[in-house]
Amino acid sequence: MSQRPTERTPSDRSRPGVSVELTDLTRTYGQVNALDGLTLRLEPGELVALLGPSGCGKTTALRILAGLDEATSGTVAVDGQDLTSVPANKRDMGMVFQAYSLFPHLTVLDNVAFGLKLRGDDRTNRHLRAAEMLELVGLSEHSEKYASQLSGGQQQRVALARALAIRPRVLLLDEPLSALDAKVRVQLREEIRRVQLEVGTTTLFVTHDQEEALAVADRVGVMSHGRLEQIAAPAELYAHPATPFVAEFVGLNNKVPAVVSAGKAEVLGVQVPTLVGSVEDAGLAMVRPESLSVRADSEGTASITSVAFLGPISRVHCTLADQTPVIAQLTSSQARDLAPGQRVSLEVEPAPVLVVPAATMGA
Amino acid sequence: MAEAAAGRGRRAGARLREGAPLLPFFAYLVIFLVIPTVAVLVGSVYLDGSFSFGRIHELFSSTALAALWKSVLLSASTAVVGAVLGAVLAWLVASSPPTSVLRRMMLSLCSVLAQFGGVALAFAFVATVGSTGVLTLWVAHLGVDLAGSGWLYTLTGLVLVYTYFQIPLMVIVFLPALEGLKAQWREAAVSLGATGWQYWRQVAVPLLTPAFLGSMLLLFANAFAAYATAAALVSIGSPIVPLLIRQALTSEVVLGQSGFAYALALEMIVVVAVVMVAYTLLVRRTSRWLR
Amino acid sequence: MTRRTRALRVVLLVLFGIFFLLPIYASALFSLRRPGGGHSMAAWTAIVSDDQLYPAVLVSLGLAFVSVVLMLLLLVPTMIWVRLRAPWARRLVEFLCLLPLTIPALVIVVGLKGVYAWVTYFLGFIGLGESALALTFIYVVLTLPYAYRALDTSLSAIDLQTLAEAARSLGAGWTATITRVVVPNIWSGMLSASFIAIAVVLGEYTIASLMGYQNLQVVIVLLGKTDGPTSVAASLATILLGFVLLLVLSLATRGRRRHVVGGAVR
Repeated sequence: MSQRPTERTPSDRSRPGVSVELTDLTRTYGQVNALDGLTLRLEPGELVALLGPSGCGKTTALRILAGLDEATSGTVAVDGQDLTSVPANKRDMGMVFQAYSLFPHLTVLDNVAFGLKLRGDDRTNRHLRAAEMLELVGLSEHSEKYASQLSGGQQQRVALARALAIRPRVLLLDEPLSALDAKVRVQLREEIRRVQLEVGTTTLFVTHDQEEALAVADRVGVMSHGRLEQIAAPAELYAHPATPFVAEFVGLNNKVPAVVSAGKAEVLGVQVPTLVGSVEDAGLAMVRPESLSVRADSEGTASITSVAFLGPISRVHCTLADQTPVIAQLTSSQARDLAPGQRVSLEVEPAPVLVVPAATMGA
Repeated sequence: MAEAAAGRGRRAGARLREGAPLLPFFAYLVIFLVIPTVAVLVGSVYLDGSFSFGRIHELFSSTALAALWKSVLLSASTAVVGAVLGAVLAWLVASSPPTSVLRRMMLSLCSVLAQFGGVALAFAFVATVGSTGVLTLWVAHLGVDLAGSGWLYTLTGLVLVYTYFQIPLMVIVFLPALEGLKAQWREAAVSLGATGWQYWRQVAVPLLTPAFLGSMLLLFANAFAAYATAAALVSIGSPIVPLLIRQALTSEVVLGQSGFAYALALEMIVVVAVVMVAYTLLVRRTSRWLR
Repeated sequence: MTRRTRALRVVLLVLFGIFFLLPIYASALFSLRRPGGGHSMAAWTAIVSDDQLYPAVLVSLGLAFVSVVLMLLLLVPTMIWVRLRAPWARRLVEFLCLLPLTIPALVIVVGLKGVYAWVTYFLGFIGLGESALALTFIYVVLTLPYAYRALDTSLSAIDLQTLAEAARSLGAGWTATITRVVVPNIWSGMLSASFIAIAVVLGEYTIASLMGYQNLQVVIVLLGKTDGPTSVAASLATILLGFVLLLVLSLATRGRRRHVVGGAVR
């Protein structure tokens, strides 16, 4: 995204995006620290994805922002206004849940108009607004149906329309795609992004699926054990992981023995620049599968154990001389002549790598 | 043609083989459930070789109508009171932690009182507010005559004792609906701006209404068909239909009333069946919502 | 939850507690009364010593046992078979099992009286004659709705089809499949069906009294006319026994659930 969010023309459908600040949030359940000093700022109109394994605190953070959970300490501010003690129903936040959150006794149209009814809008106005929202998510012709008559993907689109109908200050998406089929998931995440760009609402998107986070977000925050490990634009996060956890969690990585000296690492015989945070002596370099190339070489020290054909690309599983397993990702045409058992030599492209201490990564 | 017939034959043969192990079950239920029921249906219009609507006609005698009216009054009043209070108690149970021992004790007690009490409940109330009941003697010191003119053994007493088992029955049948309310619905409503009261008024109550009405119908049927409690309490007179059936059964030889019991039993089947069908329809609707 | 809701909950719980526990507490006090005044356990010892009551207790316990066995023999193989080989009969079996909820016991008695000669002939034929154990055949019908639900729940919790196919592919016949593979997996459902059936049979009064048999509840009502404390003690005992049976069942299933959760955490 070269365009800055604030420079977008504000849509007439919604109020322009506002900033969100979570400051030093902690949340403890008995002995467990769900959040351990989380600080996060969302710029106006921005879509930030919180990514992490289950139990990392990402949903807790979203629920505290929504007012559905209370922080043990720390503050929540929206547009510079402290909301910490404002109850959930006064926060003006549109929320989309994992699944099954539509009211089953109301039609699609009445579901979308529900929040407007609570705000005292008259029937005509709220139905106009609800119809407009349904058009935005492409479900106009289903407005008289009930939730039980819709597919899972359609239900989530209605939930999105319902959340946006109240012109929320912030849109909160709590794993909105995790209950859907893979194909619908991809379709809907693009739809969510399109709608979000159109209305310009500041959005927090919680997910455990890295592909999803990288695909939709302006910035992705990776969380672990209640703390933010790194927050950066998707490409930045992928190319320059700041911590071993991020390097390992985002994307597939090989751990190749490396020796570092003077800011350069020697990996598979090639001198490669190192990223900030790397160790200063021997360690393991985190090498992306697509940074490796494989060449048939009867003198090579590595050998192929198997080749997995995945359509346009293939993954070649190899074993190095010291028995370290590595995976190289090639285009399928490059991999055409490679076969298990073959001796090969591996080469790494000279992109910067993170070198982590061998001990912390374990086996 | 011949092939189709052979296919049908094979299918019928398969059905027979599949069905054979079910025969003992079906035979048993035919003998001990279907035949007695059919006997009632037939017996109410056809007995001793002749067909007549005489017994059905007897249902419209003043005695039978009075009993029916009192039965309906008893069942309806205890169903309404039981449903309202039972729903409140179910809410108290539903909002307690699901693993708490207190909750399990409450549910077990409800289950016993609702379904297996019968005679025992009658005696519990005799021991409490009967003429020498424990509570009666306590308040007698205060100059209050709780046992009064033996109201416990009349329709009034039946209303009290029936309510005592209707409330727990409501808890048991209504609790699943209450627990079917998903947390997301409350949270969605709140995030859209609803206060707690607005959530109840606009989401929870409309969702629970069919289940509530259905449960109330079930309570009505339950009270209408109940016999043991009434039989144990009321030994003189036959104010309600089940007791009239007892009277017809025990005195049919003497009074030559043979067959009146059939007609009364038919009346009971009809009332209970109509109510149960309405119940099923309402509950089917809810179960689609509150899965 | 606000403080006001919490206070309301406590007040309501206390009121319901008084309404439900007072009659039970009063029964307990009443059962300890001695006719002349003072207290004694005489009414409670009468349950196992009274000439009229004790035989009725034995009759009801015997009825409970026989009914449970017969109910399980009738229902378990039928329900398993329906799920495995005859799914077309499932709705019919369910309908028949739940029918006793719609057809009151009172109606069954009236109907049975009509075919009474035939029933006594049948009972004489299988050697039961005038014995109260004859009631067992009708009691099984009364327990069906409860037993069906309990068994249905536990059958739904396992993948019966796959289990049976696995057993059959390993060479088990139908009998071995049912007795050695399926039954051990629905043990909890059979247990709860049995407990509920026991509670139903011990509390049954309608059919026994109108058919002229002396089971526990019939004798309790008879005694009520002459010996109040004893009849109250006996009826309280049946309630408490039912309560304990159901509570044990509920705690036993909780134990299992906790076990699963513990396993998942580790």
